[in-house]
Amino acid sequence: MKYFLSFGLLCNCLIGFGQTKIAGRLTDTKNKSLRGASITIRNSYDGTTTDSLGNFLFTTNETGDQLLEANISGYSSYSKNIKLEGKEILLNISIKELITELKAVVITAGAFEASDAKKATVLTSIDIVTTASAEGDITGALKTLPGTQQVGETGGLFVRGGTATESKIFIDGNLVNNFFYSSVPGIASRGRFNPFLFKGTVFSSGGYSALYGQALSSALILESTDLPDKTSANIALSIIGAGAGIEKLAKNKKSSWGLTYNYTNLWLAFNVIKQRRDFYAIPVDQQVDGNFRIKTKGGIVKYYGYVNWSNVGFRTQDIDSLRLKDAFSLKNLNIYHNLNWKEKIGKGWRVNAGLSYSTNMDQIKTELQNNENVKLELANDSLFSAKNADILNKGQYAQARLVLEKRLKGLNAIRLGADHFYSKEEYNYTGLGGFKFTGNVKENLTAAFAETDFYISNNIAAKLGTRLEYSRIMARWNIAPRASVAYKFKDNSQASFAYGLFYQTPESKYLPPLANNLGYAKAAHYILQYQRTSSLRTFRTEVFYKKYDNLFKTAGFREQALNNNGYGYARGIEIFWRDKKSIKNLDYWISYSYLDTKRDFLNFPSEMQPSFAATHTASLVMKKFVVKWKTGFNASYTFATGRPYYQIRKDASQNNYIYDKGRTINYNGLGFSLNYLPNLGKTKAKAFTVLVLSVSNVLGQKQIYGYNYAAVADRKLPILPPSKRFVYIGCFISIGIDRTQDAINNNL
Amino acid sequence: MKKLLLLITFIAFNNFLFAQSDKYAGAMQKNIALLDSAMKNRSMTELANNFTRIADAEKTQWLPYYYAAYCTVMSGFVETDKSKTDGIADRAEELIIKAETLAGKPNSEIHVIRSMIASAHMMVDPQARWQQYGAASSENIASAKELDPTNPRPVYLEGQAKFYTPEAFGGGKAPAKELFEKAIVMFAAFKPQSALDPTWGMASTEYFLAQCK
Repeated sequence: MKYFLSFGLLCNCLIGFGQTKIAGRLTDTKNKSLRGASITIRNSYDGTTTDSLGNFLFTTNETGDQLLEANISGYSSYSKNIKLEGKEILLNISIKELITELKAVVITAGAFEASDAKKATVLTSIDIVTTASAEGDITGALKTLPGTQQVGETGGLFVRGGTATESKIFIDGNLVNNFFYSSVPGIASRGRFNPFLFKGTVFSSGGYSALYGQALSSALILESTDLPDKTSANIALSIIGAGAGIEKLAKNKKSSWGLTYNYTNLWLAFNVIKQRRDFYAIPVDQQVDGNFRIKTKGGIVKYYGYVNWSNVGFRTQDIDSLRLKDAFSLKNLNIYHNLNWKEKIGKGWRVNAGLSYSTNMDQIKTELQNNENVKLELANDSLFSAKNADILNKGQYAQARLVLEKRLKGLNAIRLGADHFYSKEEYNYTGLGGFKFTGNVKENLTAAFAETDFYISNNIAAKLGTRLEYSRIMARWNIAPRASVAYKFKDNSQASFAYGLFYQTPESKYLPPLANNLGYAKAAHYILQYQRTSSLRTFRTEVFYKKYDNLFKTAGFREQALNNNGYGYARGIEIFWRDKKSIKNLDYWISYSYLDTKRDFLNFPSEMQPSFAATHTASLVMKKFVVKWKTGFNASYTFATGRPYYQIRKDASQNNYIYDKGRTINYNGLGFSLNYLPNLGKTKAKAFTVLVLSVSNVLGQKQIYGYNYAAVADRKLPILPPSKRFVYIGCFISIGIDRTQDAINNNL
Repeated sequence: MKKLLLLITFIAFNNFLFAQSDKYAGAMQKNIALLDSAMKNRSMTELANNFTRIADAEKTQWLPYYYAAYCTVMSGFVETDKSKTDGIADRAEELIIKAETLAGKPNSEIHVIRSMIASAHMMVDPQARWQQYGAASSENIASAKELDPTNPRPVYLEGQAKFYTPEAFGGGKAPAKELFEKAIVMFAAFKPQSALDPTWGMASTEYFLAQCK
């Protein structure tokens, strides 16, 4: 009994003297107070929350050896063994900031990213498609960003003094060979891919990752969408055609498939909108595309593919004889397949594997015709006889790619990968009188690459990479180092710098080379960027210097690659400002580019400013949605100073010289689009409709992209857009799901 | 003597257990009672920490994690620095995942919090995020209603969403008012499963209903 009494007494003592006071201050390693952190005695209810000065104070009834913990998100957790015996405990705790995606600096030198991921990006994927001048073309929207040129006479992206072929486009890591419709003389061909196939877009105007190569100037990296939200059906009707499609999501939401058919015919549009060319074959385009996506254990398998046929034929005035006409027709068949598999394979490793295969066939027919549109065969005149030709181009392209990524602590990562690319292109030319010329170019290009993301703190990050390539055509290796660093300032603005070497093989049209021992063309990029972003405003500016070496020089009747004696440079400054705040309900951005570039390549007689580079370019893009009218209004204005143009002729000893040159007038263009959503907000409506009106060159400003020269006579004709302006009217109906937003975005 | 000792030990142990659950209920009730004042005093983070401590110590109760998630997401709604909102919403998400794991299966109240987390993410940039997070928010409201048709909180949240949606998008005061009125009736009839189960929302519904007039 005595035993029990003393036990009871002991307990009482413990309770009576058991209260312990714990106080202190919590800071980070830079002595900054941490507010809102939880201070806890482990496995007890006792604890408190730090105040704005990081101070904490609480009492506990726990006794003996205990664990004191401090926790606040974004910082390493803290724990310490303490002895609770009624004596006040004073603790000053300092904990380290963790490197987290929400806080860490992002390397942005040279790159514009559009995505809907959480981290604030300059653009969202919706922006890519709601730009008035874009007309549903991804690259159209990119042309309102700094670094790009307003080249309208041919398709493609011309970036920082580079040619269109110096920009490469990748979908889920795989190179896309015929991203743009086959080129037609004097017309900028559009991109083939619907912008809403993609959830993420990275447009790099230089200094891009070692995961990509064979582009001296720029890489456009697109990431395709995952499973759709719901099953739906879509119908489109417009002045240029009709289409229908279905997206079916499996009941378990683990897989989906989709099928779409589109028919485009410009007959109606061309009857209403006067064309500058005489179209004897109205442009017609048919496309069937399909996709499937399957969710796997820790990833996804995605397929997208299409078959596309198109046909066009038109006459223009012949430049060498004003009484005659040139007829041009193009039939194209393009087939594309892309299969991609992304998976988490455990222990922080991820695999990304891709396969792509595509074929392209262009059947081109050119004819010299008289005023009655009858074919003329002037066999004795070499200049005019060359204007009759049948050309058949066939291409096959295949790629296999594997990237392994290991995620390490604190956002650090390592990526390793390899890539094999195969292409075979055939060229069949049949001239007047059955004269034939054929050729083929086969390429096998293998690449291996490694890259690491390296975070020293939330404020400093680096990306270091190397790419190794071997081209069968060049029969030699190249090694391309890439490096970029970024630093975040106290006010959350950041500076980044990128450097890299980039190599490229010649375009197949300059092959086979006239001489052996041809090397890669090479560019070195140096980019310095400053960026300040808040959720409603973005300011960024970049200065860059790009040095070209070993550019290809060409010679001969067909302008084949001769040597690597070409060279050049591009330097400039670019500014981008986006503001959703200053004017209520108006979102606008302004971009400005200054470009100083000269080069000597292909048939240039010396170093000069190329015809695809304007010195000053500026764009203003505005977007406003008026909820009351259920209508969105989008406008964009683009200005560029005139570009130089040249006529390069060969003298008697086959040396190139400039026979004539000039500069085009300045380029001005105002685009406008409007979308009306009558069913907006009617939650019970089964079908959603969007009506779209878009007008290019609203003010009818005179636009000249360059000049075509007569071969012999002193005559030049301006290269003009196909029509003064273009008006597009369309109606889009989605059944089964409110895809109003998609539909607007799709068709602006 | 041996028997007596056993008996005492048994009683003591029982007492201990009883005291333990009493302590849990007491601590929970004390903190639940602070919910309204914490919202006014902007001390939701503190309250979230209190609930997290209880949750971590108890290890088997889903309700303290549930309340911790609720307090965290509410602190996200009142956060004026929008660059912090995503981080707070992510923290709430972590807590609600723990609650769901302990609850064993998703329930109506957990979907209510998930809907609020999606709305918090959406608020950072409504125009750009409406499509993704707006859909996630309303899907969770639908699931919450399905799992417990008597729960007034999803109806209140639906009313709130309508309240902030422009009329042209099918929102506005008129449709919101209908839902708030319906929620008030449901609040009056709602019977929580235990004294600790959530009952919040009545006062806010009344506040919004007053705004609709």
